[in-house]
Amino acid sequence: MKPVCITNARIVDPASHTDAPGAILFDETIREVGKLKPPADAEIIDADGKAVLPGLIDMRVGIGEPGAEHRETFKSAGRAALAGGVTTLVMNPNTHPIIDDASLVDFVLRRAPDRSKARIYPMAALTRGLEGQAMTEMGLLKEAGAVMFSNGDRAVVDSRVMRRALAYSTAFDALVAHRPEDPFLAQGGVMNEGELATRLGLPGIPDAAETIMAERDLMLAELTGARLLLDMISSARTLEALRRAKDRGVNAIASVSVHHLALNEFDVESYRTYAKLSPPLRREEDRLALGAAIASGLIDIIVSGHDPRPAEDKRLPFDEAAPGAAALETLLPAALTLHHSGGVRLVDLVRAMTLNPARALGLAQGRLTKGAPADLILVDLDAPYRLDSEKFLSKSKNSPFDGKLLQGRVLRTFVAGEAVYPA
Amino acid sequence: MAAPSGKIPRHDPPRRFPHRHLLAISDLSRSDIEFLLDRAEAFTPLAEQRVKKLDALKGRTLINLFFEPSTRTQSSFELAGKRLGADVVNMSASSSSVTKGETLIDTAATLNAMSPDLLVVRHGSSGAAELLARKVSCSVINAGDGQHEHPTQALLDALTIRREIGRIEGVRIAICGDVMHSRVARSNALLLTMLGAEVRLVGPPTLLPASSARWGASVHHDMKEGLAGADVVMMLRLQRERMQGGFIPSAREFFWFYGLDEEKLRHAKPGAFVMHPGPMNRGVEIDSAIADDARISLIERQVKMGVALRMAVLVALAEHGANESGE
Repeated sequence: MKPVCITNARIVDPASHTDAPGAILFDETIREVGKLKPPADAEIIDADGKAVLPGLIDMRVGIGEPGAEHRETFKSAGRAALAGGVTTLVMNPNTHPIIDDASLVDFVLRRAPDRSKARIYPMAALTRGLEGQAMTEMGLLKEAGAVMFSNGDRAVVDSRVMRRALAYSTAFDALVAHRPEDPFLAQGGVMNEGELATRLGLPGIPDAAETIMAERDLMLAELTGARLLLDMISSARTLEALRRAKDRGVNAIASVSVHHLALNEFDVESYRTYAKLSPPLRREEDRLALGAAIASGLIDIIVSGHDPRPAEDKRLPFDEAAPGAAALETLLPAALTLHHSGGVRLVDLVRAMTLNPARALGLAQGRLTKGAPADLILVDLDAPYRLDSEKFLSKSKNSPFDGKLLQGRVLRTFVAGEAVYPA
Repeated sequence: MAAPSGKIPRHDPPRRFPHRHLLAISDLSRSDIEFLLDRAEAFTPLAEQRVKKLDALKGRTLINLFFEPSTRTQSSFELAGKRLGADVVNMSASSSSVTKGETLIDTAATLNAMSPDLLVVRHGSSGAAELLARKVSCSVINAGDGQHEHPTQALLDALTIRREIGRIEGVRIAICGDVMHSRVARSNALLLTMLGAEVRLVGPPTLLPASSARWGASVHHDMKEGLAGADVVMMLRLQRERMQGGFIPSAREFFWFYGLDEEKLRHAKPGAFVMHPGPMNRGVEIDSAIADDARISLIERQVKMGVALRMAVLVALAEHGANESGE
């Protein structure tokens, strides 16, 4: 493979805590970073001061394959991901059939590389059928290639099942993601509980529904020593629980969806179903606290929470519409709003989408380190545009950012040194 | 250490077993254990003789009281008692008034009125043997109480290891599988560490007790790591209710990661022995090829040692009782 050298770039690499002008030389792997002279045989790309980042790693992507190919396939998700600068994605287990058996992990690992150049890894179900009753064969699933475990959007309500699953996971050093939401408190709710919900006449979900379950999960992680990922937290109260747990040494990390960093409950005002999400968008105070937690490192990971939905699932009265947003193509620009107007340093923001997910998953990519796989993106951080979700490469166009002004565009994407976007 | 294997300890300094009951390994000292093992050693040749009867317990009464079904332990005690000349009565929960609602203490009072000398009890509740011991005037032998202890199994396992390897001190023993619910594992870990063995507990985190590191044993969740260099691999029975109770995802996964097969056994010391307290779940915790390989499997020898060991226990406790009543 002919080496590629991107010169005259702004190199942003959380692994080396770098945000400085420089160049990068790579073939399948990264050969050199910094001030360097490109070799004579290298293809030169003049970045003209644009930024080079590690390819983004998105740990929570909904794909409809197998079972709901009208929403998204490996091929369409892969195309959308690469256009959005996401070079590695972990797909949710809530397909049809559910990924709770080693043969389905095998299916994903064989099928996805045929369909996409993006690296697609399967997440396996934590309990059989995601029913929260009996743990899956976590050892066999991990041996087959599942990179983490999750119960999707359904919380494991039975604390004894959760305890046993967490305890069992430690034998295989497995990462267990759990989205904390008490289904009884959340039942019937369609948006954040509060003054706005009252005004709109919509049933609300209190933030306590999340914090109560998060506290339980953190205590069970402490009891078992398991590696827990609090998946897509949305409220400031949950951050307090997370802070206390981390302070006493619990082996827990947390993720937040990019929507909860860029939007708040007022985005659903006038009953905009495209901003109906699960967990719901919360108060502005919560959004600010989540952004500050990215800056401080309390929250480790930003995910897209990509949840492709056809228009017919969204063009409904608010309480009947499906929650979720297609987000692979807006992950980076939406996250950059925290940098452009939220005071979060670029390197801290990028860390939550590259190095931290790589560490949690035990992956070699997600860093611009000599010898690492050359998964990287060239980005114009400032380019302003009005988002037109009809232009998404994703099969589904349900974006809460449609028609909004965003800043930041992916110019080129490389996976293992190969230019994969623009195609 | 005390007498080497094979030698009948007839000339040992005269001493008596200092306990009235045998309820738990945790009640015993190292010298108590060695006393019983030496005694048992002396009874081992008996099984090879044509006439296997002694008269040490002639005229004494032994009651086998089993609240849980058991084939091997019950018949082992029965045979031990009969070979020593005792009158043996077997009572099992299904035929006794226990099923008619009698409490354990009522049963104890009834049995006590029959003046037995030795009472062997198995019960599904931890501490049941101790409760009985407080209520009867004879010696009580715990043949397994709940998830607590099974002291004669641990003693016979120790006897088997001592005879096959020649010592227990420094021997590396991996106890594998459902340690949490196993009274055999508890008694063995206590006994073997007391005698200086290096004990490892191997199993999934859901089947190891949270405090097992305090037993003086190391804890391993990876079978290959746990078996590395082991002289003895002791497999435990995985009960069906554990499979259905959410402790492990499936029997298939359990066997893949924790079932003893030739590939995993290769990590143990060459020539390592395999033990199992029985009854076995072939294809769940142990591969048939290993269980049936007479060169490495001590499973039948464990049964054989069981009778000799239980004879030693019965005699030791009977002597103690006789001594007490003589005083």
